[in-house]
Amino acid sequence: MNRINKKLQENKKLLSIYFTAGYPKINDTVSIIQDLEKNGVDMIEIGLPFSDPLADGPTIQASSTQALKNGMTTELLFNQLKDIRKTVDIPLIIMGYFNPMFQYGVEAFCKKCQEIGIDGLIIPDLPVDVYHEEYQVIFEKYGLTNVFLITPQTSEERIRYIDSISNGFIYMVSSASTTGAQSGFGEEQTSYFKRIADMNLKNPQVIGFGISNNDTFTQATKHAKGAIIGSAFVKHVTNEGVDAIDSFVKSILE
Amino acid sequence: MTKIKQIPAFAGMTKIMNYNVNKKGYYGEFGGAFIPEMLYPNVEELRQNYLKVMAEPSFQKEFDKLLKDYVGRPSPLYFAKRLSEKYNTKIYLKREDLNHTGAHKINNTIGQILIAKRLGKHRIIAETGAGQHGVATATVCALMGLECIVYMGEIDIARQAPNVARMKMLGAKVVPALSGSRTLKDATNEAIRDWINNPVNTHYIIGSAIGPHPYPDMVTKFQSVISEEIKWQLKEQEGRENPDYVVACIGGGSNAAGTYYHYLHEKDVKIIAIEAAGLGVDSGESAATSVLGKEGIIHGCKTLLMQTNDGQITEPYSISAGLDYPGVGPMHAHLCKTGRAEFMAITDDDAMKAGLELCELEGIIPAIESSHALAIFKQKQFKPDDVVVMSLSGRGDKDLNTYINFFNL
Repeated sequence: MNRINKKLQENKKLLSIYFTAGYPKINDTVSIIQDLEKNGVDMIEIGLPFSDPLADGPTIQASSTQALKNGMTTELLFNQLKDIRKTVDIPLIIMGYFNPMFQYGVEAFCKKCQEIGIDGLIIPDLPVDVYHEEYQVIFEKYGLTNVFLITPQTSEERIRYIDSISNGFIYMVSSASTTGAQSGFGEEQTSYFKRIADMNLKNPQVIGFGISNNDTFTQATKHAKGAIIGSAFVKHVTNEGVDAIDSFVKSILE
Repeated sequence: MTKIKQIPAFAGMTKIMNYNVNKKGYYGEFGGAFIPEMLYPNVEELRQNYLKVMAEPSFQKEFDKLLKDYVGRPSPLYFAKRLSEKYNTKIYLKREDLNHTGAHKINNTIGQILIAKRLGKHRIIAETGAGQHGVATATVCALMGLECIVYMGEIDIARQAPNVARMKMLGAKVVPALSGSRTLKDATNEAIRDWINNPVNTHYIIGSAIGPHPYPDMVTKFQSVISEEIKWQLKEQEGRENPDYVVACIGGGSNAAGTYYHYLHEKDVKIIAIEAAGLGVDSGESAATSVLGKEGIIHGCKTLLMQTNDGQITEPYSISAGLDYPGVGPMHAHLCKTGRAEFMAITDDDAMKAGLELCELEGIIPAIESSHALAIFKQKQFKPDDVVVMSLSGRGDKDLNTYINFFNL
């Protein structure tokens, strides 16, 4: 069984953290992953930086730009991660935009992920239908979970469709926004969380976008299996440095 | 415009090639809708409705009337006598520069604002590089009384001050794009992010034949009024609808798409696309996507794209802000790949000189974008009886500063 599915079966709410690979320093990738695991994070999204991250707000745009300036490339990321499974056990997901993967070659990319021990991919700009028709076979061949996003505007019919071709979890975008835009959840979000929870989907849901502290984490995980924190973590690393990862994780899990 | 229709592929060719968009939103292997799920409901709503709305008699009536009374269409097809004499061929200029707001851009913004209204949207966003599309969008928003927000790269805001002022006078809010290289590519990113954050009440008026399906097709159809008019205008003047060549400059490619549209499947009409070579195709400072680009994904579509080996989108360069874009529309990528269109690249220098030459020979100050197309006559020899129709996509008022600096006027 894939590490993601195993993790999803654990009887606890999951904390997943996103960080941008190659930021703040080019060689921080491995130590950030190790520190996150050591401090009790359940799952990690490794951000493959892209020049034009359409779905991201200013924080992740800036970290991506810096990571690219630092010299991060797809090949370099794979090199940095080649021995990661000797020290890290939790599920690892690569999150990135489609063009760098497309240039690397989708099959070559997936093959490399399998060799390294990457468990899944999140590709915000790879549409569900294109994945379904062109790439699902390849992802499955290399044992990769592909994670799709849904939003408050996604129709029930489409959510059912996405659920039917997902094999891990569904990434629930908390509100109509780019990353890092929200602070706190209102009634609108809570009722959306409930609505999705009541659909009894086959895949558990993990909520992302707008989770930044213990309060939002708790609110989100009340109605979902877990939550993903991205911008708030990147901000923390920017302000406090990579040595202060423990204090961030503690502040979320309290 | 009386009819917006798909033209069937020319059946006499040994291999039947379709240059129009297919049902799935592709031109050959290019196109599609590579968008984050957050944009799906908006783009899908548009996809399901755009053809339906455009086919409504009330829409066509309103669109035609505005093009006639407000934009000033039909734009003249002008036989450029002295230019023709100089290059010993027959040159016709399609005078899009005479449209209201000074370029072809308004054909599309009129069409899209009418669609936005029918979809119940009351907030309009747009991206702009040089400011022409921003002005055209601000104009139609003023006309319709709709809120207008234009994203523009911080660097472009600084170098296109008159157009920024125009947009403000027209009631638009101009928001600087501070990310990335702070030019058109980033303004487009910011507009897309705005749309993600405002998924219900907002319509995004994309200004070029780019973006996720159905944008390239929708923009092309609105711009197709250009070639629709060329057909009957040329018939009046030359006794035939089809020229030997249609020529247009290409950034994203909206004026080119409109100029080619009704000739795509006329095999006796040769198509030429002029890209900006910048300081030279091999100089590292260029926007010649057909030469320097390879297949990739930008702003929601698969097309030819300037990028690093690692798939990071690179910064193009051209003296012309309207051609300074790292991709081309998917239709043009398909025309390039299939060989239907011949692509040529013109440097800053050659374009500027061709622009000045048109001033001197014909009394027309062209936009620097259009000057790139005009420079073809120094590079390619046409036959004396060839009929060459060129889109003069915009006027040069906005470029006066660049002309002044370049020629020390």
